[in-house]
Amino acid sequence: MPKREDIHSILIIGAGPIIISQACEFDYSGSQACKALREEGYKVILVNSNPATIMTDPEMADRTYIEPVTPEVVAKIIEKERPDALLPTLGGQTGLNTAMKLQEMGVLKKYNVKMLAADYDVIKKAEDRDDFKKAMIKIGLDLPESGLAYNMKEAIEVAERIGLPLIIRPSFTLGGTGGGIVENMDEFKEIAARGLHSSMITEILIEESIVGWKEYELEVMRDNKDNVVIVCSIENLDPMGIHTGDSITVAPQQTLTDVEYQKMRDASLAIIREIGVETGGSNIQFAVNPKNGRMIVIEMNPRVSRSSALASKATGFPIAKFAAKLAVGYTLDEIPNDITKETPACFEPAIDYCVVKIPRFTFEKFKAADSTLGISMKSVGETMAIGRTFKEALQKGLRGLETGKAGLDDPKKADQIDGKELDALLKRPNAERIFYVKEALRRGYEISKIFDLSFIDPWFLNNIKEIVDYENELAKKLKGLSLKKSRDDEEMVAIIRKAKRFGFSDIQLARLAGCTEVEFRDFRKKLGIIATFKLVDTCAAEFEAYTPYYYSTYGQECEVKRSDKKKIMILGGGPNRIGQGIEFDYCCCHASFALKDMGFETIMVNSNPETVSTDYDTSDKLYFEPLTFEDVMNIVDKERPDGVIVQFGGQTPLNLAQKLEDAGVPIIGTSVKSIALAEDREQFKELLHKLELKQPSNDTANSIAEAEKKAASIGYPVVVRPSFVLGGRAMRIVYDESSLEEFMKEAIEVSPGHPILLDKFLQNAIEVDVDALSDGEDVVVAGIMEHIEEAGIHSGDSACTLPPHTMPENVINDIHEQTIKLARALKVVGLMNIQFAVKGSEVYILEVNPRASRTVPFVSKATGVPLAKIASRIMAGEKLKDLKVPNPMASLNYISVKESVLPFSRFSGVDILLGPEMMSTGEVMGISENFGNAFAKAQAGANQILPLEGKVFISVQDSDKRNIVFLAKKLSDLGFKLIATSGTGKILKNNNLEVEIIRKMHEGEPNVMDLVKKGEVDLIINTPSGKEPHNDGAKIRSAAVMRGIPCITTLAGAQASVNGIESLKKMGISVKSIQEYYSGKNG
Amino acid sequence: MDPSLRRGLKAFVVFEDGKVFEGEAFGAVKETFGEVVFNTSIQGYQEIITDPSYKGQIVAMTYPLIGNYGINDEDVESAKPQVEGLIIRELCKSPSNFRSRMSLDEYFKKHGIMGITEVDTRAVTRHTREQGAMKAVITTNISDVKSIIKKVNDHPSTVGLDLVKEVTCEAEYDWSEKGGLKVAVLDCGVKYSILRHLEKRGCQVKCFPAKTLAEDILKFNPDGIMLSNGPGDPEGAPYVFSAAKELLGKKPIFAICLGHQMLGLALGGNTYKLKFGHHGGNHPVKDLATGRVAITAQNHCFCVDYDSVKDKGIEVTHINLNDNTVEGMESEKLKFFSIQFHPEAGPGPNDATYMFDKFMENIKKNKK
Ligand SMILES: Nc1ncnc2c1ncn2[C@@H]1O[C@H](COP(=O)(O)OP(=O)(O)O)[C@@H](O)[C@H]1O
Ligand SMILES: Nc1ncnc2c1ncn2[C@@H]1O[C@H](COP(=O)(O)OP(=O)(O)O)[C@@H](O)[C@H]1O
Ligand SMILES: [Mg+2]
Ligand SMILES: [Mg+2]
Repeated sequence: MPKREDIHSILIIGAGPIIISQACEFDYSGSQACKALREEGYKVILVNSNPATIMTDPEMADRTYIEPVTPEVVAKIIEKERPDALLPTLGGQTGLNTAMKLQEMGVLKKYNVKMLAADYDVIKKAEDRDDFKKAMIKIGLDLPESGLAYNMKEAIEVAERIGLPLIIRPSFTLGGTGGGIVENMDEFKEIAARGLHSSMITEILIEESIVGWKEYELEVMRDNKDNVVIVCSIENLDPMGIHTGDSITVAPQQTLTDVEYQKMRDASLAIIREIGVETGGSNIQFAVNPKNGRMIVIEMNPRVSRSSALASKATGFPIAKFAAKLAVGYTLDEIPNDITKETPACFEPAIDYCVVKIPRFTFEKFKAADSTLGISMKSVGETMAIGRTFKEALQKGLRGLETGKAGLDDPKKADQIDGKELDALLKRPNAERIFYVKEALRRGYEISKIFDLSFIDPWFLNNIKEIVDYENELAKKLKGLSLKKSRDDEEMVAIIRKAKRFGFSDIQLARLAGCTEVEFRDFRKKLGIIATFKLVDTCAAEFEAYTPYYYSTYGQECEVKRSDKKKIMILGGGPNRIGQGIEFDYCCCHASFALKDMGFETIMVNSNPETVSTDYDTSDKLYFEPLTFEDVMNIVDKERPDGVIVQFGGQTPLNLAQKLEDAGVPIIGTSVKSIALAEDREQFKELLHKLELKQPSNDTANSIAEAEKKAASIGYPVVVRPSFVLGGRAMRIVYDESSLEEFMKEAIEVSPGHPILLDKFLQNAIEVDVDALSDGEDVVVAGIMEHIEEAGIHSGDSACTLPPHTMPENVINDIHEQTIKLARALKVVGLMNIQFAVKGSEVYILEVNPRASRTVPFVSKATGVPLAKIASRIMAGEKLKDLKVPNPMASLNYISVKESVLPFSRFSGVDILLGPEMMSTGEVMGISENFGNAFAKAQAGANQILPLEGKVFISVQDSDKRNIVFLAKKLSDLGFKLIATSGTGKILKNNNLEVEIIRKMHEGEPNVMDLVKKGEVDLIINTPSGKEPHNDGAKIRSAAVMRGIPCITTLAGAQASVNGIESLKKMGISVKSIQEYYSGKNG
Repeated sequence: MDPSLRRGLKAFVVFEDGKVFEGEAFGAVKETFGEVVFNTSIQGYQEIITDPSYKGQIVAMTYPLIGNYGINDEDVESAKPQVEGLIIRELCKSPSNFRSRMSLDEYFKKHGIMGITEVDTRAVTRHTREQGAMKAVITTNISDVKSIIKKVNDHPSTVGLDLVKEVTCEAEYDWSEKGGLKVAVLDCGVKYSILRHLEKRGCQVKCFPAKTLAEDILKFNPDGIMLSNGPGDPEGAPYVFSAAKELLGKKPIFAICLGHQMLGLALGGNTYKLKFGHHGGNHPVKDLATGRVAITAQNHCFCVDYDSVKDKGIEVTHINLNDNTVEGMESEKLKFFSIQFHPEAGPGPNDATYMFDKFMENIKKNKK
């Protein structure tokens, strides 16, 4: 069937900010959809609050709304744009839920907007647990037994009916917290009570636990002629009970016979038909009992998902792109397979390799969080590795994770773990479990024992055992290895070749051989053991492939064809983590686009399956490889690029820069020396001195004793931080000597061998972020952002505004000049980011990063000037004066506010206070003509919906008490009721404000916690007092976040919020596309 | 040497054009000849190695990890392995599945089949794709490459060769004795899955040796006749297509794969050899009547020539979307329909099992 002619414009709802469980995979799918639909001539209208996405680039859609993805706001966009149709299935759960709400609100009917791909009833049938269950029973499929309960008595009845073990899931809590898996009645009662308590509607779902079963996922596609294909099967290494997003997963499935697999395939076809998803991709999860093959359906996501991004990258089959084409009427047999060109998309990809996905966690940042993995997702990113065997892919994946492991290494402090502890670590699902499995095997545990503890399928365990056994043998064989051996030593060649085929890295082998990585690499090459590259081609080589998407392995034949074109290689950022996420991928993609435009062949290297950079048509060539020295050098050896870009992928490629340069790799842009200079304390201090620029007084220390001495001479409070880390890792503000020791210890552990930095902490300073472009001669200051929160809160976690809204002209000019001075002094070629702290009219430099920063996409969106593209051109040799870059900050007649999005709702019990260590997973942007409105939009986008009426609870530290009065008065004038604890309350009363005083938690019940739990508070303003004796504040803040009550922890934040509320009340939210903003700016 | 460092016995695949691939032997160590074809199925190796259609062939599995779920008692397409050899990338030594009875290595040893593992199977596939299906040997000894290559070249080609006689049953037998409808199966190496499908639909199934004359089959007075799959070139077994010619129009016929090619010849058409054939479980086949696409299991090197049958009073019902080859024919007058793909799957998707239902309907219609 050809495409639909009855529709002309289509609204795509994006997924909003990056949060745990919803990351850049939805930028990947959304971008593909935008491209696919525009290719067909449709007008695309897009809404997404996340500025760091490729999909919100102005050229991706006809109308781009960087506005909060809330039903109310999207309704406004619909009212304004009157799209013919809405595509709800590409924007994750957010997109789906928003579309559902729009239908319920009657908006779609009112404006006659058709839902494409899946309509309201279909989505409801898939998403509503009860409806889904009925549908599955109708088609004869098995589901876990389950029942709902609203009180303890009912809960116990349900439990007795189903029988232990059980899973308890409270309904309507953010992030699925408060539930758990129980094995006995005592545990059941405890967790059921907790679950009922934490559910907003006092409802829990009690489900038969099938923990320990094998877990599978199938990615299914259907077209409107009812053709259905399975794109990929995925098997979880971690069994049921561990969220697939937190599991190590493998594609394709490994341990099902064809009969069992086909049963699952048949079920998937039946499910997608019964649920009625008209077109597009769905993800269906199954559990299989390893003892008898009994198969159970877990859930279906009637949309493109994280797993479909993985499946697309794992197979080369672009699910989202095809989903978009199917949504407008095409059928699978009408769409050509881009990779083979000759065959149609209506087929099931044949894989001839093994794909391993490994999640990346950030528990080190959330010390108070429970690090046990369970049924709600906690990981913040993932890496994918492709190998010809599971062993090879697993080890590649583990080194690609960038957690300091070079493959399947030993766990931390392995020799200090006793047997009992080890058993417990195998039993309790945790982020490091794979390494404990290795340790257990090393200690001679039987496979059956490890299986009994972990329920990891013996197939995986046996494969890991083969790695462990071989490592033991290698240890003997490689000990005292003579690097003089040549390729005539057939035995040695065979031994090392096999090691490489098992995925061992040069670092691991060098460790065993007692030499350096580089020495081992040279030796290996001398023996003729060289990585070969194979294609990901959807068809296992049955047809010729035209899309160069490669992975490395050690085979007999290499398929890379090197062209004669000038080529530039871009190193990506690897797995997402807090501090290094989609922003850097955005920059890498832009580099590729710009350099392609200039006529270069672009080569992307990355290992993150969620990203746009790993889409096969972003660059001319894609290498899906870990970002390690070894893996990058293998590609460099093959491609011999004319230039390599390390400044866009965040800390990952920067950390490789020196080593690559030493190996003779041509790094373009700012020199490696300059990058190092900016990181090196002493040299940098000297430079600032020479330039007569200010810096908070500072020093370095290598020991605790030294730190104590130096901190005293700088004067408390001081900022303590390790060097060579990103995202303020282990960075703390220390107010006195007694806390110094503890923080120093952690800092030393995080960055061993590097000095610890001590800075005078500038209190109550305004922080300013600057991004600039430079070609070594000319400098363009592209964006000056004033932070809302004061210095001391990591720039990645604070909100900021562009242009600055309180900063005096002379300070801005000063910042401008200092930026230019620094760019010249550092001979920056490309991008540079500086963080300043402003106290009065004094400007201090906090740090300089001669590379792309997290704020590049925000500045680009706020100004309409694509910084990363220009920077790439500069790096490739063009000059700013020839590029005629307009002043990005000139004639901005609107204000852009960036707000960060924090993951606390996933980590119950963790205090939500912000500090110098970054915690946020993503960001949103709000644009408006006035600051209050832009700020309110940013808050709404970040899911901190500011209330327009109700009760505000205020409790602030002493130093904020004076300033809070004004804000409280304003809130009261705006019609809010004030509630406060005694101290704050007294001050407010003294100022003639009406306020209800409530007990602090340790003062007995009822207290403020009860109000929070009952949802009787609509806004919380709570600034912490340095050291809280009872930690009441932390508990309240955490409870508020779990219930979705906006909670503000800084005075500056409160001020901006009140501003926002006022503006919302006065003028509401209006919507405007960035295309309109930009044309207004130029005209 | 340490056991885990000891590599397996070095072995080689040597193609007729002289190309050599290195690996390690498994299963029975010997020297084995055949035509190399690659199969792109991800799972289903047990069904593949026991499929009689692979007689005369060495199968290279494109999926690298083989043997993962072992060998069980149920998932067989005939009583024993039928391939001449198997080329894989990695052999699983410790299979994991509740139905597994033994490892692939043990199974091959038991039945005297040779395999080779640790081979760059993707390179083998690419070689085959580019050069076409070629003869090869799996051997552990290439000290005299020249003479090995000669031996490979001397090995008979599948073109015109009668492989059916190697795999058909020796005497007629009942697969299922009870059942409403009587189906006669002309066994050219029939897969058990086909028989299971007929049995499941309540048929009394009797298998006849491939050389059975048409009149002897008709003596059984079947309600329908199944022309089965089988190995190699249909022209190698003229007795089958001459029987088919006589049976046409007499009883409802359903023909699969080789059976379909036999009908092509019986109609007076031609068959030809594809460059490397279709072997796998992901081939899109369009049903021209409904416009819908089924993902099908396929295993054939030979193919019916469209031009040679298009005016023989038949209708082409199915085509392969990858290369537009003929995948199905039908004639109401001649009471037959035939398909090139495998509706019985084994291994592969079950999208086309409705073909068996169609056969049942045809039989019932004919009985009325
Ligand atoms: N009945 C159950 N028994 C054991 N584990 C379960 C059960 N149901 C779900 N799980 C586990 O919880 C995870 C999340 O459940 P799922 O229904 O897929 O929710 P989500 O929508 O968050 O993906 C699954 O991946 C699975 O590992
Ligand atoms: N001397 C200081 N005074 C006040 N705040 C500081 C000081 N140094 C750092 N900070 C705060 O810590 C945050 C993180 O420090 P920064 O050097 O930018 O680390 P990163 O390299 O992780 O970005 C800054 O954004 C700032 O808010
Ligand atoms: Mg799920
Ligand atoms: Mg910083």
